[in-house]
Amino acid sequence: MSNGNKDVLTGHQVVANAMRQVEPDVVAAYPITPQSEIVEYFSQFVADGEVDSEVITVESEHSAMSACVGSAAAGARTMTATASQGLALMMEIVYIAASMRTPIVMTVANRALSGPINIHCDHSDSMAARDSGVIQLYGEDAQEAYEFTLMAQRLAESEDVLLPVMVTLDGFTLTHTAQVAELLPDESVKEFVGEYEARYPLLDVENPTTQGPFDMPDYYFEHKLQQVEAMSNVPDRFLEVQDEFNQLSGSNYDGLFDSYKLDDADYAVVILGSTAGTAKVVVDQLREQGKKVGLLKPWLFRPFPEEKISKALRDKEAVGVLDRSLSFGSSGPLYLEVSSALSEEDNKPRLYNYTYGLGGRDIKEEQIAEVFEDLEDPDLEHEMRYIGARQ
Amino acid sequence: MANLKTLAEREEKKRKFESGHSLCSGCGLPIAVRTILNSVDGPVVASNATGCLEVATTRFPTSAWNIPWIHNAFENAAATISGVESAYRMLKKKGKTEKEINFVAFAGDGGTYDIGLQSLSGALERGHDFTYVTLDNGAYMNTGIQRSSATPKGASTTTAPAGEERYGKQEKRKNLTEIVAAHGIPYVGQASISNLTDLSNKAEKAFNKNGPTFLNVLSTCQLGWRVPPEKSIEIAQKGVDTCFWPLYEVDEGEYNITYEPKEKLPVEEWLKPQKRFASLFKVANQDVVDEIQNDVDSDWEELKAKSS
Repeated sequence: MSNGNKDVLTGHQVVANAMRQVEPDVVAAYPITPQSEIVEYFSQFVADGEVDSEVITVESEHSAMSACVGSAAAGARTMTATASQGLALMMEIVYIAASMRTPIVMTVANRALSGPINIHCDHSDSMAARDSGVIQLYGEDAQEAYEFTLMAQRLAESEDVLLPVMVTLDGFTLTHTAQVAELLPDESVKEFVGEYEARYPLLDVENPTTQGPFDMPDYYFEHKLQQVEAMSNVPDRFLEVQDEFNQLSGSNYDGLFDSYKLDDADYAVVILGSTAGTAKVVVDQLREQGKKVGLLKPWLFRPFPEEKISKALRDKEAVGVLDRSLSFGSSGPLYLEVSSALSEEDNKPRLYNYTYGLGGRDIKEEQIAEVFEDLEDPDLEHEMRYIGARQ
Repeated sequence: MANLKTLAEREEKKRKFESGHSLCSGCGLPIAVRTILNSVDGPVVASNATGCLEVATTRFPTSAWNIPWIHNAFENAAATISGVESAYRMLKKKGKTEKEINFVAFAGDGGTYDIGLQSLSGALERGHDFTYVTLDNGAYMNTGIQRSSATPKGASTTTAPAGEERYGKQEKRKNLTEIVAAHGIPYVGQASISNLTDLSNKAEKAFNKNGPTFLNVLSTCQLGWRVPPEKSIEIAQKGVDTCFWPLYEVDEGEYNITYEPKEKLPVEEWLKPQKRFASLFKVANQDVVDEIQNDVDSDWEELKAKSS
């Protein structure tokens, strides 16, 4: 694998290479489509001596995250990867990983949750983890997934954060397609991520610690508030990590979300993940027709950058929020966040919620163009619209 | 090898597990844990499944543990320690630690026989260098004495209670020690809080092996067994002397009975003092006692055949 050059690589390959370059001490993972190849590539790197890591081939995702918590608590740099049912199975321990402040970096290859069973992309898996206490970063393409995986390491290990970071990329759309991607030289990544020194490693036998004790009502609340505080430190730390990353890579990350032709737009869509790429094409097409349209693509979904997103959207005429998961009996998870972010604004834009792409259903340029067309209608009713679904 | 004198001397040293916890009087858990940890030379790191032991020894901000200790959840003590142990091996390889460290996982029967069986089996198969200890008191005691697959036939629990129509648990318990032995790991030991030198010797052997080892320790719960706390050891001893709970080991595949009762007592002597078995002593249930006796006898004969 060449480093420091553009190459044609799948999402699996770029994430596996990011892991190789980070060289975690321990990776514990269990196979699941569409994640499996990440760990397969990584295991091959281990077998070929290209990376010095211990791969624990656990018997379930529940044990994957359990072993990750043990490893991270021991003081080792620890990573895992999963998707869909795997994330659902490990969910109990994802909450514990966050509460024990273990800086585990995990990839989620987004895939629909059962049932019916489906192996294709939507965001129901990672959205189910949105209240778990992990930081969530959503990538649009392989390049972002790669770069976020590297940045996630620094973010997770920031002294006033110490939380797991989940980096998501859309299953199949990004994991299984070959894209042009540029990997940094190994030595640059090594320098960027540095050495990890855990503050209270379990393996410090001279200074024994009791980790994961039992809380009664007299302490539980305060311990949860410590997680709240850690989460609140994330946006600033993420911006700092971006700055450092930009210097290293020549990238130009400069925020908690990606804005595409948004500043002067009257109409905007908010989209997570790979569909944002399609939306950019649509924005370009409509701009050519003289329409003032734009896109906001959150990178950071947890914590949700309410204030900044509110500022970016408040002067728009109308905003369409495209969710790729359902919250049965309520609006989409992304819509709820955007709506909450704008709730304090006096003259907020008209806000509409769309659901698209469940279970890997394609979304086409013209369908996103139709959303923009909808937004221009001042009398458009507020109801959930399901893009491309047979009614 | 330990004897009573060495067991007593070890108690004089700095304790790895301290007093002051809130486990019940007569509880077998602290007896087992102290004896096992006292049998380890050098540093040891423990993982602990959710249960009485965890709840009663780590109420924040207190801790009874003078060793590094981690609790993750109920069903994953084995997976958790396998993460700790893997981290240790890699950090040692990379020169970040030079210590020789032992690893142990503690869990109850519910956390092992039932919800944690997969996690344990996976960790054993992967060959991590650790000792897994099941503290078997035969039910989910922490949550209020519910039936587990370790609950002996005939015991009344809150979810398989004795009543007008039923005498309690209808099914024979799962033989976890044999299930673990079938993994072909270097050492498996079955022990009891009534026989501490035997327990200590088994713990020493387990810790000194490379690879996964396992101890299944019979541990009295005075609440669940409905026995007076001061009878805790005596009743566990009855379990051993009736051969309901034989003391044996499987060392590198070789079966050894480590304690043979001078006189094998009838199983009633184990059942009768425990009120959880009270309904077995109604006349109508004499055949159940006979069945239990038959099970004990045939298991004991089978074990003796394996050990010869």
